[in-house]
Amino acid sequence: MKTFDYARADSAAEAVRDHAPGTMYLGGGTNLVDLMRLGVAEPDRLVDVSRLPLDRIEQAGDRVRIGATVRNSDLAADPGIRARYPMLARAVLTGASGQVRNVATVAGNLLQRTRCAYFQDVTRPCNKRRPGSGCPAIAGDHTNLAIMGASEACVATHPSDMAVALTALGAEVHVTGTGGDRVIPMPGLHRLPGDEPERDTVLEPGELIVAVELPPPPPGAMVYRKVRERASFAFALVSIAAALDVGADGTVAGCRIALGGLAHVPWRAERAEQALLGGPATGEAFLRAAEAELEQASPLPRNAYKVPLTRNLIVSTLEGLAS
Amino acid sequence: MNRIEGRVKVTGLATYAAEYPVEGLVHAFPVQSQIAKGRIRQVDAAQALAMPGVLAVLSSEDPPELAAAASGELALFQSREVAYRGQLVAAVVADTLDNARAAAAAVRVGYDPDDHDVSLRADHPGLYKPDTVNPGLPTDTEKGDVEAGLAAAATVVEVTYATPVLHNNPMEPHAAIACWDDEGRLLVYDTAQGTTWSRDILARVLGLPADRVRVVSRHVGGGFGSKGTPRPQAVLAALAARAVGRPVKAVLTRQQMFDVTGYRTPTIQRLRLGADAEGRLTALEHVAYEQSSTLEEFAEQTATPTRIMYATPALRTAHRLVRLDVATPSWMRAPGEAPGMYALESAMDELAYAAGMDPIELRVVNEPDTEPHSGLPYSSRDLVGCLREGARRFEWERRDPAPGVRRDGEWLVGTGVAASTYPARRRPSRARAVRREDGDYLVQVAAADIGTGARTALTTIAAGALGVDPDQVHVELGDSDLPAAPVAGGSMGTASWGSAVVRACEELKSDGREGVADTTEEIEGDAQFARHAFGAQFAEVRVSSVTGEVRVSRLLGVFAAGHIIDPQLARSQFIGGMTMGMGMALMEETLTDEEFGGFLRRDLAQYHVPACADVRDVEAVWLDERDVELNPMGSKGIGEIGIVGTAAAIGNAVFHATGHRLRELPITPAKILMSRF
Repeated sequence: MKTFDYARADSAAEAVRDHAPGTMYLGGGTNLVDLMRLGVAEPDRLVDVSRLPLDRIEQAGDRVRIGATVRNSDLAADPGIRARYPMLARAVLTGASGQVRNVATVAGNLLQRTRCAYFQDVTRPCNKRRPGSGCPAIAGDHTNLAIMGASEACVATHPSDMAVALTALGAEVHVTGTGGDRVIPMPGLHRLPGDEPERDTVLEPGELIVAVELPPPPPGAMVYRKVRERASFAFALVSIAAALDVGADGTVAGCRIALGGLAHVPWRAERAEQALLGGPATGEAFLRAAEAELEQASPLPRNAYKVPLTRNLIVSTLEGLAS
Repeated sequence: MNRIEGRVKVTGLATYAAEYPVEGLVHAFPVQSQIAKGRIRQVDAAQALAMPGVLAVLSSEDPPELAAAASGELALFQSREVAYRGQLVAAVVADTLDNARAAAAAVRVGYDPDDHDVSLRADHPGLYKPDTVNPGLPTDTEKGDVEAGLAAAATVVEVTYATPVLHNNPMEPHAAIACWDDEGRLLVYDTAQGTTWSRDILARVLGLPADRVRVVSRHVGGGFGSKGTPRPQAVLAALAARAVGRPVKAVLTRQQMFDVTGYRTPTIQRLRLGADAEGRLTALEHVAYEQSSTLEEFAEQTATPTRIMYATPALRTAHRLVRLDVATPSWMRAPGEAPGMYALESAMDELAYAAGMDPIELRVVNEPDTEPHSGLPYSSRDLVGCLREGARRFEWERRDPAPGVRRDGEWLVGTGVAASTYPARRRPSRARAVRREDGDYLVQVAAADIGTGARTALTTIAAGALGVDPDQVHVELGDSDLPAAPVAGGSMGTASWGSAVVRACEELKSDGREGVADTTEEIEGDAQFARHAFGAQFAEVRVSSVTGEVRVSRLLGVFAAGHIIDPQLARSQFIGGMTMGMGMALMEETLTDEEFGGFLRRDLAQYHVPACADVRDVEAVWLDERDVELNPMGSKGIGEIGIVGTAAAIGNAVFHATGHRLRELPITPAKILMSRF
């Protein structure tokens, strides 16, 4: 690991003030420290923001504000979250392991990097790690990588479960930086790779996430389901966060679908949602909606299974919610 | 019996190789090849040497002196030729690990790369017939006329199975500390599955008499075969320590373990089975295609279990090997039996379906009187007993053989069965037993406890032979200065060491003070028998019709493995092997990087082994066997048989659940979805 300076910030404002090129913010460190050990991240300076007074989950009117340093375990165990946003509690609990969740923060979870094997191996090319060096995953191992929104430069996926639920819930990410404060609605925090895969998010250098705010939960039932070949401690092959509100007349009054494991971003399935709204809540309609969403898919040879998997998952999940 | 060293292990007091407090210790960190084939043009160490704390850089620029006998993976920095990506091409020695690692990244290696070939294919033009297969078995066997047998068969199955590169992942990384004394004697704290052999090989590689080398491995955190022979870290530590005149520690990272500590070869296996109207085999053929490196020939004995399993008038087995630009494969728990029985026992299931027979009955009607390829009598064989007992416990008679018809919501449910086998051998060993002044007994043998509980089992054996309480027996092992002993490998440890311990204890009893034993002659006199353990594994799986996820809801293993010396230790070996078999069936896979060479998924986040949540209901039971042709304990090795057959039982259950036969491991959601939905 490259030698680095370490400072602990007492306030968000101080952390932002302290930021300079080569500086990285340190949350729980469950991903960043790994990347430093691998030589993938080589910050000159870490500003530890894990102990900022941002560790509260607070009710603010009909909204809930989750501080950036709230630990994943605490978020998943919060009674209000479990009662009102069960998909979020479930998503967090399906991620990583108990030990990792005890340390990992909400902001760090959002900002974790892809687990693409090439990205994590400094001896191999990767456009995300070394822009312009190439993407060997496209011809090589992309089994777990993107089928939606990928580019010729990058087929990485975002690994977070929590971010998928936040995307379905329409969460807002509160950010502070030298340019002031701003609010970024999910899924707008993350960006597609395009020809700049080195940029995971729309955050400007030095910007710091201070909170995630949840609007009132959507009406109807909600669920999170994660698919993986190992029963725990594995990233999603594909995951789904969905909420469905079926009106008294049997038509879809409201619908939220977000998908994980498919793209460089937690993927909001807007086409599927649009296809469903106002229509019947039937298996046939769910299948049509899933297929409408998956028209955008451009799978590679080894991840083509994600197309039927996602289709099945959308249909099965919505059927479960409708009943 | 509880493990004798259990307390020191769970309290963190057990000392593993990297943990010995050695004064003046410095650190070595390797530089690895970034090409898969070619020649090192130049190693530029100038920048690295100028970095803080750096003491030396070793490389082929100035090859450290090794004996002429040094070869293959242990001949570090002797040649400029690169045999595979990840091979050690240089190393930095520095005062701290961080300094060594940072400087290793600054060593500039220039290459003249050649085109590489890292892909195993059954039609590879480089395939050849090795002289023998591990551990010295005949490469091919042929008895009777396979073509005639197939032509005469009522039912024929011709299938190809494939298994991927698999890696041992012991919790303890490969590590060594090397210390030279003023007289030029070498002490190595290493992660060795056998200190005697490790000492002998290190001495040979370094050109030293064996009595000038000592290897100590008091505790070893798992090996599974990957620590069966010295690995490069031991040679690296010794060379580095000699170069800088200080003790040196070399600890491999998890990623480096994937690169240089061996792996299970991928296999392509072609099987042809013919059976008559009653299900009796008329022919059985098993051909395995596998790989080795250009450095060393390692030919896994994949088709050899087929030589001993079933009666047939025509039996052919063969192995073909191709040397690729890859690291050298090596031992992984049940080399040969694990991949070979996956293919054979899957094919037997296919034959049962094709012939319309129950898969247990198919195996029973093909039970041989003598070992099929050799004609030798079995010292004992109770496969049928295992199948029957397992069937009873698994309520097999209530099973509907029709595939793809049981549903529990979205989950398709199926059950499968497969046989297990593993050789029951022993090797010559020495041991010493003495009565101490305090009246207790000291038993010494250079055995290895790699997490199996060998120390505990040997205590039980010695106490039994002496007729005293186990509390009065103290076993010393894990040190090449102790009486020479074979490795913990081939499921031969307990049988080999235990034989010598019993003889030493017998002599002590008659002598009153000391007993020493060497079982070489005794073992040479062993009668000619086919000696194997057998077992039957039963699996129940649930396969999601939505996602293709496979969950193993129940695993049952029934084993006939001689006299079980310690039920508690035995159970953990059996269920540990079965759990590893579950990993082999459903998730374990190292990918070979076709473009750059080397391996991908070189860590535990990507190379998945079962998590606790996957291990829901794994049960192992055994039938008591009395076999006097084995060893004084009447025991058969149990370290490996647990992994043999598990993957086939699970694969057969997946077929029963879904109606789809997947013939490439691991059976992932991707493969289920692409085949079925």
